[in-house]
Amino acid sequence: MIELIHILVLFGLIITAALIVWQKDLIAAAVTFAAFSFLLSIEFYILQAPDVAIAEAAVGAGVSTAIFIIAIRATHNQEVT
Amino acid sequence: MSDCMSKIIRTTADIMFMFIVVFGFYIVLHGHLTPGGGFQGGAVIATGFILLIVAHKLDDFLGWFKKKAFQNFEMSGLILFIGTALAAIPLGYLFFMNFLSGAGGLFGQVVPYGVNPGFLNTAGTIPIMNIAVGIEVLGGLSIIILYMTSGISNHEEGE
Repeated sequence: MIELIHILVLFGLIITAALIVWQKDLIAAAVTFAAFSFLLSIEFYILQAPDVAIAEAAVGAGVSTAIFIIAIRATHNQEVT
Repeated sequence: MSDCMSKIIRTTADIMFMFIVVFGFYIVLHGHLTPGGGFQGGAVIATGFILLIVAHKLDDFLGWFKKKAFQNFEMSGLILFIGTALAAIPLGYLFFMNFLSGAGGLFGQVVPYGVNPGFLNTAGTIPIMNIAVGIEVLGGLSIIILYMTSGISNHEEGE
């Protein structure tokens, strides 16, 4: 059972990491990065490092996403060709 | 950044703020028993404040919490940490000595032998230092985001 969850989390990590690059919308990319960080914290928990998992969930999914959203708000949306 | 986010996001942030802060203080207070501790709990509490900063207007947030309050949180956390470490010297112990452990009173309960569910009132000065680090990280991470947001507002007014 735990192996199945482990494999699902690893595939989810790869898929979300690819989606971060492929997203056109910057806010969507920031939210996808939060999802990637959440899956990474689950992976840390499966690998029996709950201390690192809590730090990753708080700093990776919370603080860095807020920093990205504030930075995206401060800039203008312009397509560079 | 004169506009705030939609009403759904603001209401959700208002409701989630209380639960996030209570969970963060739980992690800080149980730092010597369960995974987590001062930094992790402080980061979780700061996430709650950052959620309010992102969801609401900056002026509304500064009406509820002052910048000076976060500076005072950070300052008092550092003073409490180094004060707890230095308090061992006048009592005749070494620097950072765990002088409260096993002495009765505050966090001084002796841990019984064998398997136990974990007792909160143990471990001496370690919970006090966890609380100090938690308060300091709460102030520090919140004020980083607060000053970033203030910088954006000043930049847009200057344009």
